[in-house]
Amino acid sequence: MTKDNTNKKNFNIKSITAHHLFIPFVCLAIVLLVNVIKTPDFFSISINNGVLYGYVIDVINRASELVILAVGMTLVTAASGGQDISVGAVMAVSGAVCCQILSGGEVSVNSFQNPLILAVLAACAAAALCGAFNGFLVSKMHIQPMVATLILYTAGRGIAQLVTNGQITYIRVDTYKIAGGYITGCPIPTPALFAIVVVVIVSLILKKTALGLYIESVGINGNASRLVGLSAASIQWITYILCGLLAGIAGIVNSSRIYSADANNIGLNIEMDAILAVALGGNVLSGGKFSLAGSVIGAYTIQAMTTTLYAMNVSSDQLPVYKAIVVVIIVTMQSPVFKKFTQNLRLRWAARRIPNGKGGATV
Amino acid sequence: MKLLKKREKLNGTAFLLMITIGLFVAMYAVGMVIFADKGFAKPQMFLNLFISNAALIVISCGMTIVMITGGIDISVGSVTALVCMVCAYQMEINGINAYAAVLIALCIGLAFGVVQGYLVAYLDIQPFIVSLAGLFFGRGLTAIISTEMISIKNATFIAWANYKIYLPFGSVNKKGVFQPAYIYPTVIIALVVLILISIILKYTKFGRKLYAIGGNQNSALMMGLNVRKTKFQAYILDGFLAGLGGFLFCLNSCAGFVEQAKGMEMDAISASVIGGTLLSGGVGNPIGTLFGVLIKGTISSLITSQGTLSSWWVRIVLSGLLCFFIVLQSIIASKKRKGH
Repeated sequence: MTKDNTNKKNFNIKSITAHHLFIPFVCLAIVLLVNVIKTPDFFSISINNGVLYGYVIDVINRASELVILAVGMTLVTAASGGQDISVGAVMAVSGAVCCQILSGGEVSVNSFQNPLILAVLAACAAAALCGAFNGFLVSKMHIQPMVATLILYTAGRGIAQLVTNGQITYIRVDTYKIAGGYITGCPIPTPALFAIVVVVIVSLILKKTALGLYIESVGINGNASRLVGLSAASIQWITYILCGLLAGIAGIVNSSRIYSADANNIGLNIEMDAILAVALGGNVLSGGKFSLAGSVIGAYTIQAMTTTLYAMNVSSDQLPVYKAIVVVIIVTMQSPVFKKFTQNLRLRWAARRIPNGKGGATV
Repeated sequence: MKLLKKREKLNGTAFLLMITIGLFVAMYAVGMVIFADKGFAKPQMFLNLFISNAALIVISCGMTIVMITGGIDISVGSVTALVCMVCAYQMEINGINAYAAVLIALCIGLAFGVVQGYLVAYLDIQPFIVSLAGLFFGRGLTAIISTEMISIKNATFIAWANYKIYLPFGSVNKKGVFQPAYIYPTVIIALVVLILISIILKYTKFGRKLYAIGGNQNSALMMGLNVRKTKFQAYILDGFLAGLGGFLFCLNSCAGFVEQAKGMEMDAISASVIGGTLLSGGVGNPIGTLFGVLIKGTISSLITSQGTLSSWWVRIVLSGLLCFFIVLQSIIASKKRKGH
């Protein structure tokens, strides 16, 4: 017991660095630091016209869809050891369905043709259906998650185009703009509220039910959990449906932002960001244990990074280059080979510190 | 027992290949009947399948190789776009000659192959993540070079692109004049690559190693095969073919453009899968892949001949077909598992 205590005292720093949220926080801090150096008034928040205004608020606002997606992506990653790369396309589908129902087939409308709740429910249902399709292929057909979701990744935007007849459907109604803008009287941007609600609900479900534990156990060893009596396939399926549903919500928020359904551009390249958020959050991309909080921090980090890069005059077409490099660095650091390599280095370094030691023998 | 197992496996894969060839013949026959007036029955129409898909044949061969090892490469579309853009930029803005452009194209492909192969083979990172990063990297790099479309006007290059090779057969047009069928050199390059890859896979040590690794990586390792090195080589070969395919694509389009070849990775994967390559690795051959590409070509020419359907349908139909074949593979695999 005493030994434990002294250890804790001595290695206080180590226990902090070993915490699973350490790396995500450090990444976020680095990105924020760069921002503060570049723009000293980065953290200043003011109130304009009754709403909060500032760089930080902008990042939090813009990151909302990504946070929502990252939650779904984390679950899928944990349960199946693969990623859902169709989330961007599913966002486009849900946005298209929502707008098409609201407009009743017209290209641009100034009033709802159908009730809003119907459109939102239909959009969520369509997105959940996409998720169910992915989940079926992965859990029942045992197809690698990324190949299975590749089908909707390419076909999804085509389907969205078909839904909107290849046009950009505009909904010029103020009520519709709320989800992507502000609720009157509330200074916080609505997308951020959506993100918070989603994160809270999902984490409550994971905490209050055994679902979180089940997902981890299926991710760590599907066969073992099946033998214990868990239906591995159903749990994987549930995560995919959830991921689709969350992508649908993100799609509605995004289409509300631009009060239109632009099948080609809603959620373009966002799957990369979502995967990056999961990886940055300290989650292993091959499944198993996961941390929702890590992914959420990861998502905000990515958005802060995107905003920074935009501020540095990098165009949206060029962004993927930098993100791809970051992904490669993170997955390299996560890879077992690299970990072994650094461990060896550390051992060798420790061996060298031992006086008169001949290295390997003493360690 | 061993013999039986072998025959069973052969039956499964041969069955998939038969379906593919049958599907192609049926689709083309349907096209010939429905769109007879649009010239579907002419030999040129058939050759056009090869002309417009020459690049895809080469790229799909590379995809088949990595898929046989159990990997995947979804960066090929971006590599194609990058190769086209770099070639166009270098030839038009910097004025290098067309031969140097070929060299650059192959080097870009090789570079992608080496980096991705290293990450996959030696660092054990999932091929999907690596090549997804490659996909975004390539596309972003293309945008950094230029967001404008650059059309190629280099004389040598255009001469290559427009060089027609006439064949001794052809069709008679409405005025009664005989028109010989023709192909472009790209088709010949594509077919040569296809045959070479078939020979490599079937008759060389390297080819057999690929199948062994894809079949069961652990037993391949225990047999004394250098798994990492072979995988690395497979990705390098794949990258090289992606670079070559990119150049053939460039010869066909004569331009560099950011949005070019978007979704080509999907076409290549579906061509391989439809052609009987198993996603789990260990099974597949380039001839099947060729038929996969031809099916994709037939679908797009059917849809363009139809006229009213939007081009999105090509992707949707292809995705549906891919889904069908994946499910079929999975059923065959599960039957085999039960048979044991």
